[in-house]
Amino acid sequence: MANRYEIRLGGSGGQGIILMGIILAEAIGIYQHKFVAQTQSYGPEARGGSSKSEVIVSEEEIDYPKAMKPDLLLVMNQKSCDDFYPDLKPDGLLIVDSTFVTQVPSPKAFQIPFTRIAREKFKREMVANIVALGALSQLAPVVSAKAIESAVLARVPKGTEKLNRDALKAGIAAAKRAKREWSQTERLPEIPKEDLLDSY
Amino acid sequence: MLQGNEAIAEGALRAGCRFFAGYPITPATEISEVLSVRLPIVGGTFIQMEDEIASLGAVIGASLAGVKSMTATSGPGFSLMQENLGLAIIAEIPCVIVNVMRGGPSTGLPTFPAQGDVMQARWGTHGDHPIIVLSASTVRECYDMTIRAFNLSEKFRIPVILLIDEVVGHMREKMVVDEEEAIEIFNRVKPTMPPEWYIPYEDTPSGIPPMANFGEGYRYHVTGLTHDVRGFPTSRPDEIGPFISRLHRKISSHFSEIQTAEFFQTDDAEITLIAYGCVARSAKRAAIEAREKGIKVGLLKLNTLWPFMRSAVERVLQTSKVLIVPEMNMGQISREVKRVNRGVSRVFTLNKVDGTIITPMEILCRIQEVT
Repeated sequence: MANRYEIRLGGSGGQGIILMGIILAEAIGIYQHKFVAQTQSYGPEARGGSSKSEVIVSEEEIDYPKAMKPDLLLVMNQKSCDDFYPDLKPDGLLIVDSTFVTQVPSPKAFQIPFTRIAREKFKREMVANIVALGALSQLAPVVSAKAIESAVLARVPKGTEKLNRDALKAGIAAAKRAKREWSQTERLPEIPKEDLLDSY
Repeated sequence: MLQGNEAIAEGALRAGCRFFAGYPITPATEISEVLSVRLPIVGGTFIQMEDEIASLGAVIGASLAGVKSMTATSGPGFSLMQENLGLAIIAEIPCVIVNVMRGGPSTGLPTFPAQGDVMQARWGTHGDHPIIVLSASTVRECYDMTIRAFNLSEKFRIPVILLIDEVVGHMREKMVVDEEEAIEIFNRVKPTMPPEWYIPYEDTPSGIPPMANFGEGYRYHVTGLTHDVRGFPTSRPDEIGPFISRLHRKISSHFSEIQTAEFFQTDDAEITLIAYGCVARSAKRAAIEAREKGIKVGLLKLNTLWPFMRSAVERVLQTSKVLIVPEMNMGQISREVKRVNRGVSRVFTLNKVDGTIITPMEILCRIQEVT
């Protein structure tokens, strides 16, 4: 249980949430040799509707294949942010696509505009999920940039390798920037839980 | 990294399946997708039929010609297949049917899991008939169980249903396939006598007559009507009785070969969970966490759903005074457990029908509730 790391990706159908989960699972499972289980949940629509993909990482065989309390939550629209944030572990990591998520529930969240980067840099919103994977490789402790790159290149169609590699790099750069800003941002010291109770 | 559905397709190819006829349906489509690409490469045939009735019809025909055949579907398609399923049973034609269960009834919930077809798999087609139904809860098991389904169907000349759910079908896990690894593959027993001596439905000690391929000189009659040993319709009670009895005997005298289950921490368990499919994974997690809290919980994971593995339940009844059967239906396997229990222990159900998997926490809560 202790070495179980749960990742949940959420967004709307068509944003590439499930593919992102598959690539992430392949990066960790095949290139980093850990146990992974990837599951998904989506509506009957081809586009639109809610889409969710989960990746469980463990050093040992995985029994329950879904996330119970995600350690990492990456959301690409407001609805999934609102829906899934309450499930996140108290010290869990929240990453949002700030193109669509405007109301961020936690000051600790990493806000990176994946879709805007894809749109402005590559003229293709399609690669927003690959940009997000680049960012994940910097922010998630369970996956390396090298593994993500190998997994992405093994999955994408021939002829799009350069585009996808560039998208990954853009994501990595954006995450590094966000990390820097994150460490410089002044945050109010967290109130210990006991004190919080006292104030009521 | 394979999906459960993809592993089923791989398992089918490994088992020697060379014919697939089907109609796409969520959440089973990936099986057809993979086989539509892979079967032609290995010299097999893939046909997308006009519906599920015709799909199983084509599968039965191909199997009669000697080719290992299968189809894959989900609840709505499985309903349509019931009539041809009966034909395959009475005419003793080996074939494999995969049903990736989704929420029902009717079109129900195409993309969400359920376990509502357990009884339908047993009794969906009319008439008093035997059937073999297998279940899987990991990607590797999908592969192994598909091979096993083909072996059992070839051996016992009966359709075998592989019943999984949306979670298992769509879940991706790492799976290593060793092409060199020795895997037992069973091929149907063919007649050794000359064609003119062949009696297609003759009783044998095992109850399973040898099966001749159509087109190899052995001419015989295949019908859905109750038939005599030569395959022609009969209305003589002295032929009907032995025939139907043999259909049942060929399965009931081989329970030990057909039935498998896994026992996890059951030897000293005071409470045993009985589960199958994706729920078995939640139950395993719940059993581990309960042990951490000092409650002796075990898990009996059923890999063969039908014929129901009475002996496995009887084994856990020796230690457990409480049995809990978590299922994503209103209680289908739990009835069988209650039937076997006969009041010795207490049997509790945990039913969930909202399109989501039963969580370990829900099972833990149920454990606390009943103890």
